[in-house]
Amino acid sequence: MTTPIPAIEGKTTVNISRDRAFELFTGHFGAWWPRQYHIGGAEVADVILEPQEGGRWFERGVDGSECDWGRVLSWEPPERVVFTWQIGGDWQFDPDPAHASEIEVRFHADGPEQTTVEVEHRHFERLVGGEGVYGAIEHGGGGWVALLAAYAQMVENQ
Amino acid sequence: MRRAIFETLARHPSSVGELAEQLPISRPAVSQHLKALKDGGLVVAHAEGTRRIYRLNPQGVAALRSWLDGVWEHALADFHKFAEQTVADERAGTHHSTEHEEQP
Repeated sequence: MTTPIPAIEGKTTVNISRDRAFELFTGHFGAWWPRQYHIGGAEVADVILEPQEGGRWFERGVDGSECDWGRVLSWEPPERVVFTWQIGGDWQFDPDPAHASEIEVRFHADGPEQTTVEVEHRHFERLVGGEGVYGAIEHGGGGWVALLAAYAQMVENQ
Repeated sequence: MRRAIFETLARHPSSVGELAEQLPISRPAVSQHLKALKDGGLVVAHAEGTRRIYRLNPQGVAALRSWLDGVWEHALADFHKFAEQTVADERAGTHHSTEHEEQP
């Protein structure tokens, strides 16, 4: 069952130019992305978004292993970047674009030294054709369980 | 412990009694954790004969979405801190590799 799932929207305003905001956001992903949010087996050493259409978005573990998160769909510095988050029910990178959720990041220049960064994460229903994920969860398939367990941890801390 | 319950249910749907047998906590404690997990939308229950069987919510993606909601909120806050700190450090003059006062 694929019921549309509402997109996640978020934004933050930073006192830097749009060029700089774009560069820091996309070029230094690993410097600001909260380290606990990852899917690989190893601790995260870096998170990389390759600066071109078709580029990879992936984590690199402290042991050198790499784990794909998605692909760059649209690379339009300094205004906009769109990339996918496409982890299948088996907790592997799923190359099928039909199974990709999308993250669009827009950079609005409020002034020469002020930029609003807007994030929209959408198409969750594409990511999971319910059954596949449910099956993976039922069979103890790694990542979904790990991610949901992390969510459970959050519930626990409430 | 709530996480252990969650992970046990991820492996196979179970009743309160089955969970209590596998985990070092009492049935009432298991029930309490299950209630929290249910309230959080992570697990669902259905009746099988006289027993209630708990399993992970098949709409787990909805849970995933709420989790990611928090992820993005956190990530954007961290990006904000990082961006402003980077620029503040540059302005503090740790190094001046670029020309200032370029505007006429």
